[in-house]
Order: sequence, then C-alpha cells, then structure tokens
Amino acid sequence: MRVHVDRDRCQGHNRCYALAPELFDVDDYGEATERDDGTVPPELEDKARLAAANCPEFAVVLEEDR
Amino acid sequence: MSGHHPPVSDWATDFDHTDPAWAADPFPIWDELRETCPMAHSERYGGVWLPTRHEDIADVAYDTDRFTSRSIVVSETRPVAPAPRGIAPPISSDPPFHHGARRMLLPAFSPKAIAPLEEYTRQYCHDLLDAVAGQEVIDGAVDYSQHIPVRVIAKMLGFPEEDGEKFREFVHDVLEGVDLPPEQRLDNFIKLDAYLTAQAEDHLANPRDDLTTFLLEAEMDGEPLGREHIGGTIALLLIAGIDTTWSAIGASLWHLANNPDDLARLVDDPDLLPVAMEEFLRAYAPVTMARLVKEDMEYKGCPMKQDEWVLLSFPSANRDPREFEQADEVIIDRMENRHSAFGLGIHRCIGSNLARLELRVALEVFIERHPRFSVADPDGVRWSGGQVRGPRTLPLRVG
Ligand code: HEM
Ligand code: SF4
Repeated sequence: MRVHVDRDRCQGHNRCYALAPELFDVDDYGEATERDDGTVPPELEDKARLAAANCPEFAVVLEEDR
Repeated sequence: MSGHHPPVSDWATDFDHTDPAWAADPFPIWDELRETCPMAHSERYGGVWLPTRHEDIADVAYDTDRFTSRSIVVSETRPVAPAPRGIAPPISSDPPFHHGARRMLLPAFSPKAIAPLEEYTRQYCHDLLDAVAGQEVIDGAVDYSQHIPVRVIAKMLGFPEEDGEKFREFVHDVLEGVDLPPEQRLDNFIKLDAYLTAQAEDHLANPRDDLTTFLLEAEMDGEPLGREHIGGTIALLLIAGIDTTWSAIGASLWHLANNPDDLARLVDDPDLLPVAMEEFLRAYAPVTMARLVKEDMEYKGCPMKQDEWVLLSFPSANRDPREFEQADEVIIDRMENRHSAFGLGIHRCIGSNLARLELRVALEVFIERHPRFSVADPDGVRWSGGQVRGPRTLPLRVG
C-alpha cells in the first residue's frame, strides 16, 4: 500500500499527522506530505486507512496493492 | 439576547439563527431541512440562504469566486471595508490577498510552535478549579471554560494576563451581540479598538518575543502591514479564538455531565480522549460562518441575489447522514470522522491546533479533578444562539 497527500486539496488540518506521524509530516505552514515515497509497511496499513478516513478535505489518497 | 426578532413562522422560509428555539436545540431543524428543503431561504437580514447538506456546504466553502468572505457574521448591514482585504484579515479576505495574510500567521500556530503552551494551560486550568474547590456546584462555563482561551491568547499576544476579563466582554459582543442596539455595538468596538491601540503602542515602545511584536514588524510583499491590517488581525485572533473554544470545552463538559457511561470510559481510558474530543467537535461543532453572494446568479437551482448571506453551517454538515454513519449519535470511539468543525477550504481555522490543545488539556484536568459530575440543574443550562453555539451557563454538581 502507498499513501499520497494531494497538495492541491490539503489545507493543513493536521489530522493525518496526528493519527499517523510515522507516515506523514507537516511543515511550518501545516501542509502535509507523505514520508519518503509513501510506501506503507503492512503493520501501518490500518493507520494509513484511518488517516484517509479523517482528512476533512479528502486529500489523503491510498493506493492499495492489487 | 434575541428578544426583538419576531418568532419564526416556518423554518424553511423564515428561519432565524438567533431564535431561542435554534439556540436551545437546532438539530431537529437542520435534520428536517436537510431532507425537505436543503437550500432554505429567509427574508431576514436582507436575505439569507441556509444549505444544510455536507456536500452543498463544502461546495460553497470552496467556491471563493462566487461567494465572498468580506463579512462572515450575518447582520442587518453589509460591511463597508472593501474586498479583497476586508476588516479582519485573513478571515474577511478573498484571494489573492488572503493567501499572504494567512500564510504569515500559520507558523505561529503550528503544532510545534504551540506545544510549549501546554503546561501553562494545564496550570491555569488547575488554578481555575482551585478557585472553586470545595463547592458542590460549579459553573462549567462561567467558572471554567470561558476563561481558558482568553488567558492563552493573551499570553500569545503578550497582553497583561489579568486584562482577559476586560476584552472578553467586548469580544463576546462582536460575535453574539448581533441583536444589541447598534450604538452599544459601536461602543464595544471602540473600547476594543482603544485597548488594542494602547497595547500596540506599548509593544512599539518595548518590542518583545510575542505575536503582537511579530505583527508590528511583519511585512507582506516587502511592505509593512499598515495599522488597519495589524489591528484587524489582532482583533480577529481575539474574536476567533475565544467564544469558539469556550463553546467547545463547555459543550464537551455538558455531554459528559449527561452521559455518565462516556465519562466513566474516559476516566478508565484517558488515551481515548483525543478520539472522543473529535467526536465532540463533530457533534457539537460551535461555529457557523457566513459568506456574501458576489453577484446575482442561479446557484444549484436557487435564485441568489448579490449581497445576500449564505450561512455555512459546519455544525449541520457534521450531522449529515450522507457523510456520517449514525450521524445523530455521539459515539466517543468513532474512528472515521471527517468532520468540518474547523471549516473547509482556504479559510480552515488557523487556530485549530491551539484549540485542540486547549480542549484536550481542559478536559483532562477537569476529569482528573472531578471523575464524576452531572448537570445540577437542567433548567439552568443556557446555550448561546447565533453563529457560535455553546453553553453560556452550565451548573455542574461535582461534590
Ligand atoms: C474549537 C475552537 C474553534 C473553532 C470551532 C473554530 C472554527 C473556525 C472556523 C469554522 C473557521 C473558518 C472560517 C471561514 O470559513 O470563514 C475558522 C477560521 C479561523 N480561526 Fe478558528 N476556531 C476555533 C478556535 C480558534 C482559535 C483558538 C484561534 C486563534 C487564536 C482561531 C483563529 C482563526 C482564524 C485566524 C481564522 C481565519 C482563517 C482564515 O480566514 O484563513 N480559531 N475557525
Ligand atoms: S489531514 Fe488532510 S488536510 Fe489535514 S494536513 Fe493531512 S492531508 Fe492535509
């Protein structure tokens, strides 16, 4: 699984960072980015889903492996 | 305070967000409108629209081309301050001006920048409860919630700690006094302005490491901000952070006082608080904002006129069953929670990290000191109406 923050949608609510700091970082302006290339280790997949389900701007995008 | 408006005859065609029925229990009103008349209209205040579905509220919040933030508090009059800056940047500003006015403030409110305020806030919460220690009944709003955001923002701005009570009254009237006589509102505004001018002068003479000095020295596009911009922004930080956070803390306490099982659960499992807190913010979102229609247009089939208001009811969006399962139930371990209590789009609350810190600490301290409490007198609970909703009196039995 991979996560990605859509920078055009992100408004800096910081929910992703609060829920999954292992996967996201925020800058001084509150704008979020995925860490590294966004690859989610299996044990963090639930946290990634949680972050996506709590972003009010629908800015956290999940890519499930198929 | 909403005495002199005529009673509402029909919520779909004549609603008034300052009506006592709305203040006491707005949820059934929104639930009904959401299904029967999702874009309600009222002739009051020179014309107001009220979208109640999440999707429509989000669309208006995102559409800064057709809706202006020139004024975000509904009143009989329209603002004189011109777009795109407006009276209190950045909340009253539209693009492109908005971006810079907002960006400059963001770092001061980032999670890292505000973290040092946690201990200060905690100590102050304890002080407030110490002051009423031994009483069997305390007022969760008057003795506790209302003081916390005032003290914290005064600290950030570098105003004397004990001045909080002075400006709380003026600030309160700006948001909740839309029904006061115009002379009295003007008088409060002048008092607030005089207070802020005196603070600015003191900071100019004695610069220090706080937000006021930062604003006095800040530049936008290579130019200093100008007196009106600085005054407007400081007033905004006071106004935007006080009644709002006070309402969020009070509403959360009210919920816990009425739901002993939820309270017991948080006492047993304090780690649940950050999740529960988001649910309180969803279910009792305190803030409704407004926009003005820029030009006559048909929007989603509605004939909107220039300078009509649109109420952005984030509280109603948060109760939309299209977006939330069991939307009308307060579920303190709700894990999926895309609530919009802090707004949507470019005006997302700058103080959201600070508000969350204050709310978490205020609830932690209260629960730690009073693991059991209940409403002492249900008739003694009074909710504010208008655009910021929260308990203004909240008698709690703690002994
Ligand atoms: C629980 C408490 C709070 C709630 C529910 C809340 C809610 C909101 C909402 C809904 C908006 C969006 C306005 C719009 O769309 O027009 C907003 C904007 C804003 N809030 Fe808050 N707020 C809270 C606390 C605070 C605090 C503590 C501060 C800072 C001291 C603050 C400062 C601001 C500012 C400066 C804006 C304007 C942002 C912009 O226009 O870019 N708020 N708030
Ligand atoms: S939760 Fe969404 S809007 Fe907020 S910082 Fe993360 S990606 Fe951005």
